[in-house]
Order: sequence, then C-alpha cells, then structure tokens
Amino acid sequence: MADEKKFAGYICTGCGIGERLDAGQLETIATRDGKMQSCRQHEMLCSKEGVQTIRDDIANEGVTHIMIAACSRRAKVEAFNFTEVAMSRANLREGVIWVRPDTDENRETTQEMADDYIRMACAEVKFMTQPTGSGEQELNKQILVVGGGITGMTAALETAAAGYPVHIVEKSGVLGGHAGGYYKSIPTRSPYAEPQDTGISQMIADVEANDSITVHLNSTLARTEGAPGRFNAEIATESGSSETLSFGAIIQATGFKLYDPSALPQYAYDKSADVVTNEELEGLVMQADGGPIKRPSDGKAVESVAFVQNVGQNSTEENELPYHSGIGDMIAIKQAMYFKELNGNCDTTILFDNLRTPGAAGEDFYRAGQQKMITFSKGAVTEVVPGSTLEVKFKDLILNDDATMQCDLVVLDVGMMPNTGPDPYAQLAVEEAEDEAEKEKARALLENAPPSILNLEYRQGTDLPHLKYGFTDSHFICFPYETRRTGIYAAGPTRRPMDMRQAADDAAGAAMKAIQAAENAGKGRAAHPRSGDLSFPSFRKEGCTQCKRCTVECPFGAINEDEKRYPIFNEARCRRCGTCMGACPVRVISFENYSVDTVGQQIKNVEVPEEWDEKPRILVLACENDAYPALDQSAMNGVEITQWARVVPVRCLGSISLSWITDSLNNGYDGIVLMGCQKGEDYQCHFVKGSEMGLERMSKVGDTLQTLNLEPERVASYEVAITDIQRAPKLINDMAETVQNIGMSPFKF
Amino acid sequence: MTEVIATNQTILVVGGGISGLTAALEAAETGKQVVLVEKRPFVGGRITQLYKYFPKLCFPTCGLEINQRRAKMNPNLTIISMAEVTEVQGEAGDYSATIKISPRYVNENCTGCGDCTRAVEAEFDNEFNYGLGGMSKRKGAYLPHKMAHPQRYVLDPRIIGTEDADKAKAACKVNAIDLEMQEETLTFKAGAIVWATGWRPYDANKIQPYGYDRFANVITNVEFERMADPQGPTGGKLLRPSDGKEAKHVAFIQCAGSRDHNHLLHCSRICCMATLKQTHFVQDAWGDDGKSTIYYIDIRAIDRFEDFYTRVKNNPNVSFIKSKVASITENSENGNPVLHGVDVESYNRDGNGGYDRYATEYDLVVLAVGMEPSVDKGTFPVDISINEEGFIEPAPENGGVFAAGCASDALDVNRAVQQATGAALRAIQVVNRVAGTEGQ
Repeated sequence: MADEKKFAGYICTGCGIGERLDAGQLETIATRDGKMQSCRQHEMLCSKEGVQTIRDDIANEGVTHIMIAACSRRAKVEAFNFTEVAMSRANLREGVIWVRPDTDENRETTQEMADDYIRMACAEVKFMTQPTGSGEQELNKQILVVGGGITGMTAALETAAAGYPVHIVEKSGVLGGHAGGYYKSIPTRSPYAEPQDTGISQMIADVEANDSITVHLNSTLARTEGAPGRFNAEIATESGSSETLSFGAIIQATGFKLYDPSALPQYAYDKSADVVTNEELEGLVMQADGGPIKRPSDGKAVESVAFVQNVGQNSTEENELPYHSGIGDMIAIKQAMYFKELNGNCDTTILFDNLRTPGAAGEDFYRAGQQKMITFSKGAVTEVVPGSTLEVKFKDLILNDDATMQCDLVVLDVGMMPNTGPDPYAQLAVEEAEDEAEKEKARALLENAPPSILNLEYRQGTDLPHLKYGFTDSHFICFPYETRRTGIYAAGPTRRPMDMRQAADDAAGAAMKAIQAAENAGKGRAAHPRSGDLSFPSFRKEGCTQCKRCTVECPFGAINEDEKRYPIFNEARCRRCGTCMGACPVRVISFENYSVDTVGQQIKNVEVPEEWDEKPRILVLACENDAYPALDQSAMNGVEITQWARVVPVRCLGSISLSWITDSLNNGYDGIVLMGCQKGEDYQCHFVKGSEMGLERMSKVGDTLQTLNLEPERVASYEVAITDIQRAPKLINDMAETVQNIGMSPFKF
Repeated sequence: MTEVIATNQTILVVGGGISGLTAALEAAETGKQVVLVEKRPFVGGRITQLYKYFPKLCFPTCGLEINQRRAKMNPNLTIISMAEVTEVQGEAGDYSATIKISPRYVNENCTGCGDCTRAVEAEFDNEFNYGLGGMSKRKGAYLPHKMAHPQRYVLDPRIIGTEDADKAKAACKVNAIDLEMQEETLTFKAGAIVWATGWRPYDANKIQPYGYDRFANVITNVEFERMADPQGPTGGKLLRPSDGKEAKHVAFIQCAGSRDHNHLLHCSRICCMATLKQTHFVQDAWGDDGKSTIYYIDIRAIDRFEDFYTRVKNNPNVSFIKSKVASITENSENGNPVLHGVDVESYNRDGNGGYDRYATEYDLVVLAVGMEPSVDKGTFPVDISINEEGFIEPAPENGGVFAAGCASDALDVNRAVQQATGAALRAIQVVNRVAGTEGQ
C-alpha cells in the first residue's frame, strides 16, 4: 500500500553521544513511547554507510517517516537529505551533550533531556507528511514589466535574452522614460572621463525588434490578480480597450519623479526662467541641438552657470527629502561638461556640500571634471536673486565667509522621488482602525497617496508595500529583491535613488528573480527564505470562524478572502512562515510538515515529572533562523543550558499558536521562553512582520496566566539575535532561576 | 579525489563571498547546475568578519544563516572550498576551467565535533581577526568560525609532519583526518563564469605617515570590526592593542589610502558609512564617555543612508573635522597616537576663520582603509577587461564571464548582492542558449 505509513528511528552514537547517553534506553523510548516501528543505532549515522542504511530502509522496507536522533538539524543537512520521506531530528549533540556537564550527578538529568528529545521528535514526525505541492501550480514563463524607461527596457531585454517572453506596459506613448530626454549620460565605461551617448535610441530599437517582447504603450494595469505562475493582468489602454494576459512574474520598474523646487522660495525657481532643474537643463541642451546652450529668459548663450547642489535633499525640514539621490554631483559634473563642450569658455561652478562621486567611476569622473576646469566650491547656497544676471548668495564653507557670484543660469540639483502606488498598509490601516477618529486619521493619510500602479486584487491592498520614504524596497541589505509580494520585484529608482548604470544592473537582478519565481511557481517551490519548501497552508473549513486574522496578519499579503470571508490561500504567494497558523484562534490552519500538532505533540510528549520530583520543565520556542542557530553556537562554545529546558525550533515567532502556551501550562510546564527576532523599523525577522505579530500576541498571554492563576513571569518573550551566543542560553537559565524562586507549577498531574 | 560533474550548461562561480554565494544560489534555485569555487575553507567571505551591517546595525551572520541553509539544501550547487581557479580557456558556452585545491587534511567524514582541536597544542595567529590575530590565537586544527560552512575542520599546513598532526589524527574517531592529502588539480567544463573574487582591505603599511606598522594603537577599520565583535579577539571590548587600555577616545581617518594618487585612485564608497556605523560601537561601549572624531574629505553616505549620517551628526559624542590627516606620531609616555594636520574648517570649533593646525591625542586611531580588488591586475587567469583601478569592466568582450560584486567596483553589501543577482542572470542567458542548441 503506497499510502501506508511506516515509522523508523535512527540513533547516532557518534560524537560522544554513545558515551554520554544510554543509547539502548533511547532506542526503547523511540519504540515504546515514540511508537517507531523500527529503530537502529549507528556509530556514525552521517557516514556513507549510515546514510545508506536509511536509504535501504526507505527503498526496501517502505519506511515513510524517519526520526533521526543525532546532531542539530542545522548540521549534516546534506547527508540527511531524504526528499521522499517525512523527517524529524532530535538534537542530542548541540541540544544535550554539548550543553550539559559530563559529571555523574548530571547523568540522570542529561539522559532525561535526551529521552524527551526522542519523544518529541517521534511525536513530531508522526504528525508530518512529506509535502508534495498543491497541484495548483503552473509554469508560465511570460514576464510582465511595468514601465518602459531604461530600467523596464533593460529588464525586458535581459529577460528575453534568457529565453522568456516579456510584455512591457508603459503609461506614456513612448519608450525611454526620463533618459529619453537626456543629451548624454554619465560614463559607464573606463576611463570615465566624458559624458557618453545614453544608448536609449538603440535600446528602444532593440526592444522593438525583439520577437519575444511585446510593448503596450499608453497602457496601465487596470487589475492584477493571482499569484506567481498565474498572474492575470488586465492591460487597459487610454482608448478604453483592454486585454487580460497571464504572467509568471512581474517586474515593477516605474521609475521616479523629481522634487519640485517651488516649495523652496530661496532658489527663485518660480521667479526666474533662468533657474532650472537639472532635468530641465537636459531639455535646454537638446533644444540647443549641438549649438551653445541658451538661457530660457532671452535666448542668450550661457557664459556662466552655477550648479546648486543638494536642493531640498538630506534635510530634516518638512516638505523636503530626508534622503539624498546620491547622483546629483555626478549629474552636475556631466552637465558642466556640456557647457565646456558647447558653450566655449563658459564658467562652470559646482556649489556642493559633500561631493558624492563614489567608486572608481565616480572619482575618475570627478578628476576629469577638474581637468576640464570645472570649479568645485564647497558652499551652501542661501539665496538666488533673480535679475538679468542671477546673483547666487552662498556661505563659503571653507572660509566661513558669506560670498556671492553672478551667473547667467542656475541649475538646481533636485532629488528623485519614487513612482510608487499607495502603501497597502496605509489602506489596511483604515479598515483596522479601532475607532472612528483613528479611521479618519488613516483616511487622511491616504488622501494624498498616488494612484495605484498594479491594482492588485489582494486582501492587503493594491500595491507593493513601502519600506522607507515611499520606496518600494523590501530589504536594505542581504536580500535586496525580496519584496513582501511574492513574484513581484521592484527595480530601478522606484526602490532606491540610482543612476542609469545602476538601474540597468538592478533591472538584470530583478529579471533574475522574476524568472526564478516563475520557474519555482511551476514546481510549487517556495520563494526566499524557505526556498524550495513544497508545503503550503491549508485549512479546515468547517472549523473556520471567518475571523480574518490570517488574511490580515500574513506578512506577505498572500491570503485573500472569498465572498463569505473564508481565507483563500495562494500557495505561490506564500512564504511558509506560519504566521497565519499562529494567528488562527481556532487552530484550523496547518502545513503538511508544520502544524499545530507537529509542535503541540512535541510539547505534550515531554515527560513532566511530579511536583515533588522537583524537576521543572521549561519550554523554549526558538526561531529557527536566529535564536536556534545562536543556541547551536553556544553549544559549540560549551555554554551550559539548564537541564530543565526543552527547546523546540519554530519557523517564526509569528507562527506560535497560543494553544501551545496554554497546553504547556496546563500540562504542568513551569516556565516558557519565547525567542524571536528584532521587530520594528530595523527589523531582523526574515518574515518581516512575523516576529512583531508574535510578540504582539504574546503580550496578551498575561490574561491566560491570570485565568490559570499563574505568575506572569512564567512566560517570557525576547528578541534574540543570531549573535546572542552568550545571552540566549542565559535567558533560558534565568527562567530556571525564576521557577526556583516562584516555585513549581501547580498544574502537574 | 574531488570529483566535479560539469558540462557546458554548468555555471562556474569564482569566489564564495556574499556576491558569489548569492549568484550561485540564485542560479541554482532557478534549476541551473552551479559549481562554486572558494579560496578559503568556508563560504561567506569578508562579511563573516564584520560585526554589524549598516544601516540597520544588524548582524551579517543572520543573512548568512539563510544563505547557508539554501546552499546546504540545494543539490544543484557544488561548493569546492580551499580552491582557486588557475586557468580558463575557451569561449562563452564552452569554457574549460582548471582549479587548484589545497589540502585541508580533513575529509568529508568530519562531523564538526572538535576533538582534533582539543588534541592539538600548536597555536597560530588567527587570520580571521586580521592584524589583531595575535590577540587571540587559534589552534593548528580549527574551525575558522562558529558558523563556518562547510562545517568541517581544517589542519594548518604548519602542523603537518609534527606530533600535533598525529595527535589530531588519533583524536578523530570518525577517520576524518587524512595527513596524506595532496594538492589537487582539476579541470572541468563550464558554459558561463561569474567572477566574484571580491576585495581586500588596502595594505595600511603602505600609508607610511600613518605608522600602522610602527604604532600598535593605529589599527584598520576591518580590525576595529573584529574588536567590536563579542566573538572577536577582545570579546567585544574596545581595548587597544598596546596595553589593553579601554579605548574611549577614538579617531577615524577617512580615505586612508583612497582618493589618493599615491595609493588607490578610487573612492571605496563604503568607508564613510562603515565609520559612521563604527561610531555606534564606541557609543554603545562607553556611553557619554566614548568620543569619536572623524577626519574626512567628503562624507559620502549615499542616497537613502543620508539619514544615518544625520543621526550620527546629531550625536554630541561624535565630531567631524574636515581634514586630510598629514601624519601620526606616538606619545611615547602613554602610547597615544597623535594626529597632525590642518583643520580647513576650524571655525566650526573656534568661531574664527583660517586653517588651524592640530596635534591631537587619541586612545586609538582607526584607519578607514579602502577596498582594492583582491585579484591583482595582470594575474587574472582569464582574459577579461580591467580598468585602471583593477576592477572588471562591464565589457561585451568578456564573453561569458560576468563580474559580480566588488570584483566590478567598490560596493556595499546591498549593491554587491544586487549586482551579483544580475550577474547570475547573464550567466543563465549563456547556458540557456547552450541548452537551446544542445537540447536540455
């Protein structure tokens, strides 16, 4: 019978496990308490022979579920990689013998610890099924790119070059975006000395000539629904017609708009036609058509120009930008070179604060500018006085003097602002507001929000979430493409201010992620950070109370609601963190390999001694991404952990079901320690909001304790980092001390 | 013997730092066969030696854990550590790469139990801590760091042939130590190559006026990073090397060897943010007793990170002096380094104009040294376009070789990862074209 379950346990006696523990007893526990149908010991289970033993049992004995009692689940992963069976691992090395002293008086409690980990792993694997994917997955290799500027076109060309068909949806009537109106670009090749051709016309020609790329001009997305592998996007044209196409993944390359310097009257932008933004200058150069650049007011060829850097950027003032575009100085050098090229002996002065010309390209270009006799002056402009000749007043920051200069034209370095849709969480805030006043406040925030770009039919709003300052990024550092909407990747200045070269690189990266998302959706494999996980959440409909917690709390907006408010899980949007499972008050959500039972049964199967044995039990639920590796490392350092602790790794603090807490308290556990990742603006949770949700829920656990008449200090939750190698064990040991002080739980029986 | 199964549809990634690891994983998770060759005994590269990242002040090992889990679980990815590419021949879609694998003297039986370390007596300076290696030695049998992947010990070649080597072998219960292991040379096919050999800190000894080689209390920014790390040589305490005194007054010298015709021409982009970050270490260690002074030319916090700069500027315990430090001497009585130079914006301090000379003492001086490409110009084993600074140019003539991360420019982690992801795609384009002609 193919679907008959067969359970087998394997106990490794290597790495000192056999010397420190009674393996025979462990075997007895696995078969007697853990109900493993067979159990083998091996002196080095991770060796070729050891692994082969397991493989043989799977092949010849029909074993479907295996319990491996050896080292941490983070060790020897390659050896114990049996994709065809369900597997649990009892951590006897890092979890037991490395954290307990090798002395006679500790032998009994160390063995008890190991016995419990065997019981737990047996219980866990009993309730696991090897995941196989939902069957709803489809392989759709077609990629949608939103935006036809340099980022969008590059993304399309790169995607097509990998063999994937692409559709570009562009709002305007032409491809090319901002850069289409530029005279030249910052150099992208060594020696980085001269402005170079933007390459935009060639790129447009390449896009138009590419059989794999379809361009939709004057078009927007009226509606987008589905998931990676099966996005359906309704592409609407200005004329009112529309068509719906299917895509595997989406790249949002919607670019930027420029800060409007009208808000800063000191620069006289509204008063003088000869004060222009850096982008407007590109237009003047194009108009000059190879001749000298003329100033707008009277058409006089410009003989002197001042570049005012850092306008309305890097500021703490309201209505100014708190960040910097970072590329304004490179643009100023490029544009000053335009004047050197077209306007003969034109005076060009760049008034800067901190000159930002990073990298090899930046410094080379800066030096090239100096060689072309561009004047760089460290000065903060206080006022531009309009007139037939403009007067620029500034503070010379080197001499600490007030200074002025006269010029024909002033060019303002204004910052880039992202073209993004409204933040979905601002939309959700209206619904989630607890009273009318709060609702009103949330609505006001939305009033100035831009129109939607993606028009996602998602429970949690229409667009990509914002990270900071309206940019749609997802992560500052390690995983720059992982947005909180699976299969939708932002690229270019919509996610961070950047220049054309960076935007092109960024587009290639986003294209990489898009084709990967499409491929993995076709196989039912999860995206980062549980890459490759085939499990997906499902729910028991008859138990569901339509409370919406799961659909609201999912950090990735993966869950929609049907008309009766039942959740609709979109497997390919799900990142498998289990936050929905933790949110569900009626415990109906589960994964094949992770559920209320796989953890709950571990908790229940720990042997809780009678009160007079004076052997407390402390449950530790530790995030598998940070806290658990921290504990592994402290074990490598030989840091002791109390013999009363029983550690269960969880996918995320957000996945913790309150029932685990109540059950363990009811079963006589004396203390509970919860370890998740840092929350807040500088969050370190790999599921972004998971730990925050978890910590929020746990802050309410006091009520449960009160109902049970238990001391509040019996449950403690902490933010723990992967580097908390000393602190993590200490937090557990502190709980042991707390239990010693307040006494054993009265709930033992 | 090491075996590699590779074809013209295989992607070779050279360098297993954050860029190479990212490129390898992104390609492998898209179903491509990838061989990753790393010089050191472990992957992760220089980020493993960083205490915190800017701007979130979070821990590099946090993201590394996820990447290593991805690597452990992905059968498409083969990692060969302690190996270097010595020769590449062929063209896009049909390369032949030769690698040299140094002996680790520990085979894949290793369980990471640590018995060999306990058995061995010889100790060496710990290269993981850069120049501070002498402050905390490591054994002749060692795991380079606690999260090292592969989790496999290494025998220092200097103990081979000594009694220690035999002790290590005797202590190993799983027969993992192979003292007969020899250097291996291996040649295999690849369709495309991602070149991610990264960077090294500029050699501070070359900046003679700063006396890095003469004054114990002049250290580099990468060393300061080790010092701040609780896993580092001082257990995370900011103690100066000469006498273990608490380093409370710390000077940071920006562009130490960067933007300089005598040294590196380029700006390394990351050093300003790294220093701004490191002022947090001083603040966290000593509170208001800790004072940081930054000597700078321009502060380049770069785009979104400007708010980080603004916050540091608002910290009264951090001061900024616009000056290129001329030289460092040492106060022989207390071992304090003394900085000499001209403050071009001295009005910030005294309200008067003019250029004021200074000679200021600190407990510790941190040189913000820049990034230079870790492969010297002219020693690349592959025909590739290199710019004056030694970085790989994005050139069509590079064929199927694509630079990722700091091999292409001085980049922070975020940009390096972003760039590496794009490089993975370009490699995939090549092998997909090969697949198109050869059939899958």
